[in-house]
This record gives sequence, structure tokens and C-alpha cells, in this order.
Amino acid sequence: MAIKSQEERAISAEEDIILVRNSVKRVTALLNFSLVNQTKIISAASELARNTLEHGKGGRAIIQLVNDPDRVGIRLTFEDHGPGIADINRALEDGFTTTRGMGLGLGGARRLMDEFVIESKENDGTTVSVTKWIEKS
Amino acid sequence: MERIPILKFGDILLVTIQVDFHDRIALALQEDLTEKIVNLSAKGVLIDISALEMVDSFMGRVLGNIAKTSRLLDCYAVLVGMQPAIAITITELGVTLTGIHTALTAEAGIDLLNDMIKSKSNGKVHAKRQVAKWR
Ligand SMILES: Nc1ncnc2c1ncn2[C@@H]1O[C@H](COP(=O)(O)OP(=O)(O)O)[C@@H](O)[C@H]1O
Ligand SMILES: [Mg+2]
Repeated sequence: MAIKSQEERAISAEEDIILVRNSVKRVTALLNFSLVNQTKIISAASELARNTLEHGKGGRAIIQLVNDPDRVGIRLTFEDHGPGIADINRALEDGFTTTRGMGLGLGGARRLMDEFVIESKENDGTTVSVTKWIEKS
Repeated sequence: MERIPILKFGDILLVTIQVDFHDRIALALQEDLTEKIVNLSAKGVLIDISALEMVDSFMGRVLGNIAKTSRLLDCYAVLVGMQPAIAITITELGVTLTGIHTALTAEAGIDLLNDMIKSKSNGKVHAKRQVAKWR
């Protein structure tokens, strides 16, 4: 897999969630994702950026355009050095929240994207990386 | 701070949500609407989301809360103009929007609100008649 382009955005305020969404939107349109898939990717980005800000106490988003021989895709990585997640499996359950959210962000982002990788260590931080692919025509 | 305008047409309040629906704007809308429903004795709220390109779980919660709060204040809320791609996405996300009335267009939404307002006041007349009979 090759990285064709990369953009980085800090997430330290609520407005940054919208900036991340807009950057993601540009890349999904560039890749010619269907409108439904663009909407899914932007929504997943919004959920994960919000987690980085709210739970991770801020961090950054890396938006990559990735390339394989037979497909192209968008990979979104959200990193923070916040409190981390004690029990990742529970955090992924629908409805589980330690704040007063809906508890749908992590599980939802996993359903909306093709690939989902989460790494988290208590008192160290969290990294979530999601990818959606589109076949080359 | 920027706020979403709330227009009044008879008994109905009309809200058009703009593209950049920040969290703070969303929460302010929830407060403003609640206040206006009470102060203007509104019977219905029409929320047009056709300009939104996505609804995440936070926005879903705010929209759901607006609908629930409206009901407690004796006011109906109808959501109109949801893009099909958003309907598909929030379903997969798991946002259910239970209890929220929806219509495809603003016009259909206003009809629905008027129907609900009307059938409720008919219901009231009915209840009074019942009471009268029992006495
Ligand atoms: N970046 C993060 N850092 C620390 N904890 C996180 C992070 N992302 C998610 N979590 C934890 O996982 C839980 C579930 O997240 P999510 O599914 O997005 O639901 P919500 O954000 O509504 O609580 C959060 O309540 C939080 O405890
Ligand atoms: Mg979340």
C-alpha cells in the first residue's frame, strides 16, 4: 500500500471537528466515492474527531489518500495522548459511554468504514485508524 | 455567537439548519427553541435539515432532545428534508431518532404538523364530552 497524499489537522477545539470533516469531504469527492459512502466516511470522521477532542483531550487527525494495485482509499487516523481506554471491547459496544454521549461513535465508525484499527493504553493515549476503499475501474 | 434563526408562522416555528451545525450552535438552538415554544405558545416546530450533509450521533441526540422537549411543552416537532444518504448512514451508525416525526418536504411537514395539532384539539373536545357524560 502506498500513501499518495497526506494532510494533518490539529484537533483542539470544537471548530476543528468541522475543519476535519471538510478536509475529509474534499478527499472523498476527489476519489469519487458515491454520495452514500462520502456521507458514511464524513460521519465516521466526525465521530472519531469528537472522541479525540472530548475523551482524548485533543490530538490530531491524519487524512491520507492510499493506493493499492487494484484499489484506492481514504485512511483517517486520529491520535491523542489522553487518558486512553481501559476496556476497548466495552468501549466498542453500542450504547457504552463514560460521558453522557450516545455511545455509538466507536462502534458506528467501525460499521461505516471497511477497516478499523484501535490501539489504546491507559494514561498514554489512543489511536484509531479507519479506511474505506474504492475499486479502481 | 452565531445562532440559528427561528421564524414564526401562526402556531408553527420554523427552523432551517445551516451546513456548519457546530455543537455550540446546536445546543443554543435547543435552548432558544424551548424558550420560544413557551413564550410564543407554539404548537408545532418544523426543523428543515435539507442543507445538512451529515448527521452524527451528537447531532442526532440534539435533534432527539429537541423533539422530546417540545412534546413536554405540548408542542409537536417534525424533521424534514433528510437526505437519503444521511438516512442510510445514521441507521448504520445506530442513531434511531425514536419518537421524531419526519416528512420528506417542508410542505408535507407543515401538513403533518397541522394534522397533529388539529387531531389533538379534537381529542380534547372528546375528553371533555366524556367527562360531561360521566357526570
Ligand atoms: N480517544 C479516546 N480517548 C479516551 N477514551 C475514549 C476515546 N474514544 C472513545 N473513548 C471511550 O469510549 C467510550 C465510547 O465512545 P463512543 O462510542 O464514541 O461513545 P461516546 O463518545 O458517545 O461516549 C467513550 O465514552 C470513552 O470512554
Ligand atoms: Mg463518541
